[in-house]
Amino acid sequence: MGDILGSLREIVGERWVSDRPEELWYYSRDPGVLEPHRPDYVVAPDSVEQVQKIVQLAVREKVPVVPMGNAMALTGLVIPLKGGIVVDMKRMNRILEVNERARYAVVEGGTSQGALKAYLQDHYPHLRHSLPDAPAATTIAANVALHGQGRLTQQYGFNSEMVCGLEVVLPTGEVCRIGSPSLGPYWFSRSHTLPDLSGLFLGWLGTTGIITKVGIRLYPNKKLRDLEIFVTDIPELVPEAIYRLTHLELLEDITAWFQPKPLMFKDNYHVTIYFTGDTEEELEFKRKMVWGCLQEFIDSKDGGFMGVDPLKPQLLEMPQRSVAEFADVPRGGGFEYSGPITLVEHFPKYAEKVVELARKYDLLYSGMARVISGGHAMMFAISFAFNRADRDMMERVKKAMDEATEFALQMGSIPWKPNFMEQRMILEKMDPVTRELIHRIRRLMDPHGIMNPGNWEVQ
Amino acid sequence: MWALRYDPEICRECPSPRCLLQCQYMEMGEEEARGEILKLSRGEDSRVLEECMTCYGCEEYCPYGNHPYFLICEMREKRGIYTAPRPITNQWINMTQMQGRALIGKVGEVVLSSCLLPSLGTMASTGEIFSQISSSMVFGAEFMCPAVHTHFAKMSVVKERLPQVLDNFRKLGVKRVICLHDECYGTFTTLAKAYGIEVPFEPVYYMDFLLEKLEELKPKITPLNITAVYQRPCSNRWIPEKQDVLRRILDLLGVRLLDRNHQGERSLCCGGILRLIGGYKLADEIQRRNIADMADTGADYCIFNCPACQETLGSRVAKAGLKPIHIIDLCKMALGEISQEEE
Repeated sequence: MGDILGSLREIVGERWVSDRPEELWYYSRDPGVLEPHRPDYVVAPDSVEQVQKIVQLAVREKVPVVPMGNAMALTGLVIPLKGGIVVDMKRMNRILEVNERARYAVVEGGTSQGALKAYLQDHYPHLRHSLPDAPAATTIAANVALHGQGRLTQQYGFNSEMVCGLEVVLPTGEVCRIGSPSLGPYWFSRSHTLPDLSGLFLGWLGTTGIITKVGIRLYPNKKLRDLEIFVTDIPELVPEAIYRLTHLELLEDITAWFQPKPLMFKDNYHVTIYFTGDTEEELEFKRKMVWGCLQEFIDSKDGGFMGVDPLKPQLLEMPQRSVAEFADVPRGGGFEYSGPITLVEHFPKYAEKVVELARKYDLLYSGMARVISGGHAMMFAISFAFNRADRDMMERVKKAMDEATEFALQMGSIPWKPNFMEQRMILEKMDPVTRELIHRIRRLMDPHGIMNPGNWEVQ
Repeated sequence: MWALRYDPEICRECPSPRCLLQCQYMEMGEEEARGEILKLSRGEDSRVLEECMTCYGCEEYCPYGNHPYFLICEMREKRGIYTAPRPITNQWINMTQMQGRALIGKVGEVVLSSCLLPSLGTMASTGEIFSQISSSMVFGAEFMCPAVHTHFAKMSVVKERLPQVLDNFRKLGVKRVICLHDECYGTFTTLAKAYGIEVPFEPVYYMDFLLEKLEELKPKITPLNITAVYQRPCSNRWIPEKQDVLRRILDLLGVRLLDRNHQGERSLCCGGILRLIGGYKLADEIQRRNIADMADTGADYCIFNCPACQETLGSRVAKAGLKPIHIIDLCKMALGEISQEEE
């Protein structure tokens, strides 16, 4: 093995490389419950050329490369399971282009959600992107790479479906452009009408290349936003309520959720309905449509709309901070969730399972489902908060999560951003021909097996 | 269990059923109103049990203090009638549960109660009016009057919790409780009496306290020279005799209260509870009428007494061109503690 540290310094400059234990400690973990694993080096490139050279070095030295956004997936996706070089992308944070009329932006692979949001607010206030309810420092590239969701997922699908072009450094060190940017200067399409090569990178969790540029669709940013919360004590009503709401084709975002604390939420199921408008009249029209489509449940007294005025400042935040607050209820700031993608009609069964797991492992729970693409599916987050200083509690969370994944697979769901153990469970259950295809693609793309090894590995 | 002190004979002999005739939400002629109140007095089914919007108005309209509103609530609960959707009703029961997390200041013989309304605590924690009393504040479900559950016809919750609340005050050893929320004062003086529940302290109406303090601070008051309308809260219906205190305060502050159609006995609900019980269409319509009535006066300000009303109606009032303000903040403004621009 050559002088990797020295070579990395030559590529990015001394300041942007480290093998110091205190820095490697930070890059060995994420805020979830998985055991940390130390990388050998961490490097922060500033250009696609530097990323290429890092990958070429890793190929030569046969050391793993783990691309990292902000390490907030919570499922250990950038924990370097086999050591090697963590490539921290945060310096590559430039917003390269906004095409106002075609409504897309091109950003570098380390650009944060917060940076794009702020840029659009300052320069294009009538445009927005689909912001996830994650800390503002999380990155756009990582979010699309793991099929993340955001505020506009109900209307337009997963955030990964909003990708309109990619630039990727392949595991060979070559740079590849996907979609319309492979043919010309415009980033309006990731595939149509070409073979959709973006599928080689989205959902692969950094095992097939490092995303250095992303084209992302933008959408109208209406002047006003508002919300209503429908409440019922019958979980079976939730899918029907969502079906009626999505039929309206009017709403920004729909989430269904339940939690035992604070007490005002105890024993009820809540559907938060966000809508937007450029005028008060537009908002009122939408509000009336929302109320009207659920009137039958109000008349039967099985459901109703709760008063939301005091909660509005918090609920209209983007991103919301309530997740972080939930994480700290047992003190110690730990939070982990399993988020299977499943049918909306399965909501009651998942709701029952969350409570069952919480009881079995003595944990504080929260259940939340975000509607995807007008009700084709939902992401159901089975969430537990824990105290990081309490090893026993963390172990119980881990067990509950494993059981949740097992349950999700039994229910025919797709676990979202699965950790490496869940990936194994998925691959085991998967159709063998599909599994073999994944294996072949992986081998073809990354013949040296250096890209985020330990993830999506067919044994 | 506590029983309502209601005398059916009074209703049967009543010459005018104004309790129902005056109702702002149910329309009925005199004959029908008489018939419906007689049904209620006999414990029979009545359209009132289905249609009452829980505005508390009939408690004020009844000239005999015979508690028609509490009777309606009792009869609804007995029949298992939910005024609001069941999950909403239970939400209110859950969110107002005592959890042993009340905040208790340095309590002496006099205590300042901010109920379970944080904004009241915030307003009363600063300024010269409260300077000698703000440190003795209590806040939390342990000190919250449970009157809100009458809206949901859950009198069993009211009767279970009110004695506990009173006992919590008793344990503090206080002699006087200054109630910053009308609902608390109304509960301690009217609802408790209607059920024969003894109150172990002297309830003090906060506007009486404001008036007394403003008299003391008179030299520091700069007349505001503004015009205003007033949003009367539902719980003020239980203490109509206190309406004059507001006028006296406004006179001291140099605020001219403009007459409007929906004032006094004809006041309209802010729409908060109405939305839960009567639905959005009725709530929107009532709010529209109420705000149009305010705007027609051309007043500068809309004065709120209840923070819940202000939260519900404040932004809507502002959109109609009136500045929403709580009476406590209005007093502070006249004392120069907050500026008109700031407010």
